[in-house]
Amino acid sequence: MTQKADSTILPTGARSRPTTSSEKVRAALTELGFSAFAIFLALVISALLMVILGYNVALAYQSMFRGAFGSLHGFSQTLLRATPLLFTGFAVAIAFRAGLFNIGAEGQLYWGALACALVALTVEGMPKPIAIGLPLLAAGLAGFLWGAIPGILKAKTGAHEVITSIMLNSIAIFATTHITSRYFKAPGAVDQTERIVAAAVMPQIIPGTGLTAGILLGIAVAALVAWFFGHTALGYDFQAVGRNADAAEYGGVSSKRIQVLAMGFGGIMAGVAGGIVVLSLLNRFVANFSPGYGFTGIAVAVLGRGNPWGVVLAALLFGALDSGGMSMQLFARIPSDLTIVVQGLVIILVAAPAALRAMVRWRKPKVEPVDVA
Amino acid sequence: MRAVELLDITKRFGTLTANKAVNLAVESGEVHCLLGENGAGKTTLMKILFGLYQADSGSIRVNERPVTIRRPDDAIGLGIGMVHQHFMLVPRLTVTENVIAGSEVSRHGFLDMNTAVEDIAKLAERYRLRVAPRARVEDISVGQQQRVEILKALYRKADFLILDEPTAVLTPQETDDLFEIIRRLKNDGKTVVFITHKLRETMAISDRVTVLRDGAVVDTLNTAETSPAELARRMVGRDVLLRVERPPSEVGAPLLEVRDLSVASRYGTAVESISFSVRAGEILGIAGVEGNGQLELEEAIVGLRRLSSGTMTVRAKELGTGPDARREVGMAHIPSDRLRRGVVPDFSVAWNLILGSQWRSPFSRRGAFSRKQINEYAERVVAQYGIRCGSIDAPVRSLSGGNQQKLVVARELSRKPDVVIACQPTRGVDVGAIEYIHNQLLAMRASGKAILLISAELDEVRALSDRILVMYEGKIVAERSCDAAESELGLLMAGHQAEAG
Repeated sequence: MTQKADSTILPTGARSRPTTSSEKVRAALTELGFSAFAIFLALVISALLMVILGYNVALAYQSMFRGAFGSLHGFSQTLLRATPLLFTGFAVAIAFRAGLFNIGAEGQLYWGALACALVALTVEGMPKPIAIGLPLLAAGLAGFLWGAIPGILKAKTGAHEVITSIMLNSIAIFATTHITSRYFKAPGAVDQTERIVAAAVMPQIIPGTGLTAGILLGIAVAALVAWFFGHTALGYDFQAVGRNADAAEYGGVSSKRIQVLAMGFGGIMAGVAGGIVVLSLLNRFVANFSPGYGFTGIAVAVLGRGNPWGVVLAALLFGALDSGGMSMQLFARIPSDLTIVVQGLVIILVAAPAALRAMVRWRKPKVEPVDVA
Repeated sequence: MRAVELLDITKRFGTLTANKAVNLAVESGEVHCLLGENGAGKTTLMKILFGLYQADSGSIRVNERPVTIRRPDDAIGLGIGMVHQHFMLVPRLTVTENVIAGSEVSRHGFLDMNTAVEDIAKLAERYRLRVAPRARVEDISVGQQQRVEILKALYRKADFLILDEPTAVLTPQETDDLFEIIRRLKNDGKTVVFITHKLRETMAISDRVTVLRDGAVVDTLNTAETSPAELARRMVGRDVLLRVERPPSEVGAPLLEVRDLSVASRYGTAVESISFSVRAGEILGIAGVEGNGQLELEEAIVGLRRLSSGTMTVRAKELGTGPDARREVGMAHIPSDRLRRGVVPDFSVAWNLILGSQWRSPFSRRGAFSRKQINEYAERVVAQYGIRCGSIDAPVRSLSGGNQQKLVVARELSRKPDVVIACQPTRGVDVGAIEYIHNQLLAMRASGKAILLISAELDEVRALSDRILVMYEGKIVAERSCDAAESELGLLMAGHQAEAG
């Protein structure tokens, strides 16, 4: 799984290339093509399921598409739902590039959200950029610290990051709940903090839709990540460790340091995801608020093949499936479980590129060795 | 009679054509060498014959009858056996158990081990394949393991044996033994295909030789009527100097000094209190059969492995820890395991050329890459060292082994080092590139650099080194001058100190 991260920054495929940029574009398109084919296949299989279960497929997909893209409101919903997934997708994808599997995005997200909310309670009277910037900084820092723990454990003891980061998720969820209910609980039945100050609330970019500037931040971060992996020595070191740790060591890179940093950087992304949910959606920290953003982030990173822009597209798709699923449920009376089935199918098909490639090849006639009789 | 005929075999892997309409006829009872550079398609062709690959087109005839070979089972059924470059043995099992695995003899449904042992002892005796049938494979030498592989094929009644680069892992003496075994097989009427890229072996053992280049057959020749120079020319496609010129050079002060270096390994001591110094303008060769502590010595010197004791100095200055500290003082390192240490195969040519310098100016400023500087540098090095790649953005995995090695050599030597640690610098590299790399190392020597050459290729050590140290079981067992006899060095490498003395 750790080798899954593919990229278009690095050329793939063994062939000489006459013009690099066109080759790169072609490679990217092939990757995109496979992802698109996987999505298509998932929709076909889901359609079959719906037919078997007696639902109206045409109506279902029609309302799904309308819900996701058919109106300004629908599209805003898609973007809104895509925003946290974009960041958690990066949380996983960045670690992927260094050969690490960050399953801990969920826990990092909780700490980021809590830190963000606590700082956002105190920024009364500050100018808007600072009132938003400081809490997000706190979110990133909290995510970094929590994310770095599995990295440190791996570097020091060799403990596998998958195990430790999963375990740390539970710790993070229970610890943030406990801290909230014990020290910062607002009056009422729910374990949640007070409302953050107005200055810290993320501005809406399309009024009335709930869509905030978070998505713009996400796009900017995608550009930053692409630059980081293509144009910096540290990004080079990350990928060297991910692709061939022995050669990286030969090149003077300390894999242990990179392991800590890569998990930490992933943590920043997850922490910021939590912060953005707090500043845009909840406007406070609520215990157990996440519907699994961190876990869906794994699927987003896999679907995006670890490529920054691939992650953006994948997050959009999951946002669309989410908002489309809502309207599918509403208008075609299809249970939301089926949306999850579609998502699951996409992940399975994308995560198994070899199987998919075999299916594509399978349709071509095979050349058999000819016998000379 | 023709034992095997391959007709118009073509095999593609993606965009790469490994075999282009290859025709090969092997006469019954001959030793036939398949000679070619790495990546010429020798192994692919034989794997098609053995049923491990399917040809895209073409046909196969065995004993002058058309056949279809879809699996190794089919090939074995036709009396074809193959000894792979990497042995396929179970270390924990005995020789006999390994040989019979898959074709066990049974009596009343029970394994009849005694009969099996007897059969194998008889077979071994007949072909002088000296090996104890009841020994565990993990306890016997690499040369003996190879005999087990040959026994496996013979036990399955193979008349046609394919040996894939069988001498790569052997000492000179073991190679002589292997040649003796091959002669016995031939006298007994067996047919042998011997895959190699070594001219000397081709001349020594084969009746006929087929030269492959870029996946196509160049020619099939009678060995008696050809010469190493002619074979090299056909293999590479141009004239090749088989023996590099090593003019006298001016030897200066010691640049690299190693004192009482010891390195621990998981199993004990890998390197035991080794001392030597390499002077400016000198190539010091370390000969030895692989696995005698060379890798540990190499890694300790270049900072990739911790020393248990000892000191190392460059220009009389103590070295810090890690590979970076070495680069600072002008040490370059051509690693013995290219794919593991030397390159990141998924990275582009340009990115691999800056491995180790990725934080240095002019390639990066405060950690941000200058794409222009990197690309200009890469273009220049690629042109200067003649690295054949589609472009500097092509992934290194798409380059041939020889060009990957050229890239590593180019990267390390263009750092303008004072001390070069060159380890197995021509492993898996074709004749043309070997000549090139050897000349590069000699050029470094001529310009007053100190070069430490660690190589299991005795020919290479003898051709390049001014002095030769022989390493055996982690120790330096002898120092000889460059004109030491091959047989003497061979014995020393095998640990025969007394006989050699």
